[in-house]
Amino acid sequence: MTDVPATMVTPSRVSQISRVVGQLAVAVVAALACGAVLILVAGANPVVGYVALFNGAFGSLNSIVEVLVKATPLLLAGLGIAIAFKSGYWNIGAEGQIFMGALAAVWVGLNAHGWPAYVAMPAIIGAGFLGGAVWGLIPGILRARIGASEIITTIMFNYIAFFVVNYFVTGPLVEADQFLPQTDPIAKSAELPRILRPTRLHAGIFIAMAATVALYWVMIRSTFGFRARVVGANEAAARYAGISVGWTWLVVSGVAGGLAGLAGMVEVAGVHQLLLEDISGGMGFTAIVVALLGWLHPVGVVIAAILFAALDVGADSMQRVIGVPVTLVYIIQALVVLFVLARSALEHDMFRRIWRRFRPE
Amino acid sequence: MDVMLSEVFWIGLIAAAIRLATPILLASLGEILAERAGILNIGIEGMLLIGAFGGFLASHGTGSPWIGVLGGMIAGMALALLFAYLTITLAADQIVCGIMANLLAFGVTGFGHRVIFGMTTVIPSAPPLADWHIPGLAAIPVLGPILFQQNPLVYLGLVLVVACWFMLFRTSWGLKLRAVGEHPLAADSVGVSVRQVRYAAVLACGGLAGIGGAFLSLSQLSMFVEEMSAGRGFIALAVVIFARWHPVGALGASILFGAAEALQFRLQAQAADIPFQFLAILPYVLTVIALVSIVGRSVQPAALTRPYHKEGH
Repeated sequence: MTDVPATMVTPSRVSQISRVVGQLAVAVVAALACGAVLILVAGANPVVGYVALFNGAFGSLNSIVEVLVKATPLLLAGLGIAIAFKSGYWNIGAEGQIFMGALAAVWVGLNAHGWPAYVAMPAIIGAGFLGGAVWGLIPGILRARIGASEIITTIMFNYIAFFVVNYFVTGPLVEADQFLPQTDPIAKSAELPRILRPTRLHAGIFIAMAATVALYWVMIRSTFGFRARVVGANEAAARYAGISVGWTWLVVSGVAGGLAGLAGMVEVAGVHQLLLEDISGGMGFTAIVVALLGWLHPVGVVIAAILFAALDVGADSMQRVIGVPVTLVYIIQALVVLFVLARSALEHDMFRRIWRRFRPE
Repeated sequence: MDVMLSEVFWIGLIAAAIRLATPILLASLGEILAERAGILNIGIEGMLLIGAFGGFLASHGTGSPWIGVLGGMIAGMALALLFAYLTITLAADQIVCGIMANLLAFGVTGFGHRVIFGMTTVIPSAPPLADWHIPGLAAIPVLGPILFQQNPLVYLGLVLVVACWFMLFRTSWGLKLRAVGEHPLAADSVGVSVRQVRYAAVLACGGLAGIGGAFLSLSQLSMFVEEMSAGRGFIALAVVIFARWHPVGALGASILFGAAEALQFRLQAQAADIPFQFLAILPYVLTVIALVSIVGRSVQPAALTRPYHKEGH
């Protein structure tokens, strides 16, 4: 990180934002074009496919609601990843933290029978946050105190969490019928209320919005956020300036884990009302892409979460209409980020060349 | 539990440990080359996965498992080329590009498999790579079944350990590669092309991971399953640290992880009272423990993850 980041070179904030949005639009179009080629290779019509994708995501009130329901956990987990990455802490463990948040939430939810909602709901929300936070903190402690690479430990914790949840939904917490690998429904009082019946829109969206505002304040306005950004931009400089790098990583590992845990909690308490074997289904990895595409900025993460939720929801109807597997979406998602990366790197390179040409000898 | 004490059990376990170590070993040898040249390749998991798919596809299509191995290598190198272009030529963030390479491989293999073979219940298979019983040596008691009745790629892995060690520490290529990873400016000033060396190292890494992937899909069961790399590429990242970026250390560490995997399979079969999930997490827990036990005593190449910009270029 010895070079000046490209974003610091641009003069005004407006032109910076419009440049970022422009880049994103070009990247999305380019990735969709690549996707179209793949659809052709698969022997289907890309126009029909993309129309189905768009209609599946935005064609009716219900589909728009489904996009928002899908975006809620992506946003929560993506915000956590954004603050972690911004602090130079490579938390790849959102997937496992979602699982553990969901597990903690369902444990409270199953025991909340007879509790009033004003007790049960905060309890399940708190449990979800704590479950993810603890799972995120362990690699954070190993990184901050011992120096063990969080990239590897968080990934290992993903696999471990998956098997832990698998053990509980097939063993101690398996449903009374013992038929499917899932738990019994949680107590009614612990459910996040539906806010637009008969659709599945639930109160989790307010939690995600509150988290966005809070994270915006922490990252952009607070002293802690400033310090964290310094740590991420230049660790050595941060140490020299007297910022406790280890403490910063501890905090962000816990917060990022907690936010991912909330994502798992909304899936349990808002969507399914129980814990499934594969409750996350890769959301923790999609959230990484969401965070990166949102430029690790809370507002950007909101936009990216909605975009990727729409891709996810739309892909299902695309598969139904033209029979192309939903896995195409992962390719498109990866390509969007790669195109953004490539473009910004190319522009960065261009800046340096122009600067060299005009610099005083 | 008597069975655990028998000689057959132990011979089988050790032989399986060496066999299961192979994809991790091949990936970690590749990762050592890349990291020694200053490139952290998190995308190695994806290169392993795409190698498994490419290998399966080539073997299925041509009927020759050896062309399958070649196909796996080429698939791994293709993804490595994209990764190299982004991280070396465009100097984009290596960790971000690695994550994206993994996602891309996951999408491409899942999509490709479903499009080519359809979503049927019949699992497609390809000609597998048969084991080689080395004449004479295979008949030796104890050592024979452990070392000389293995898959050809197991032998390849062992040969490559020596080859990598020799290349890294006994040739001028190796010296250049290590120089590029420790002090690219110094290497550049004596006429070494940092860019070329890094490209070569990353491509070699992708090729080795691709062969490791082909081993997954072409040995024994000979089929492709989505996400079949199952974190072995990530385990290889830990192996590299544990081995202190040394090929011989990578061999030892890979066998350790192979043993954990072999042990958990055997215990699953024989100790039904232990929930399988507790056994399945063994390799991943071991990775964390290994990583924690080595830190501080393992120093990474100085220029790891740092892009190099040639001045005035």
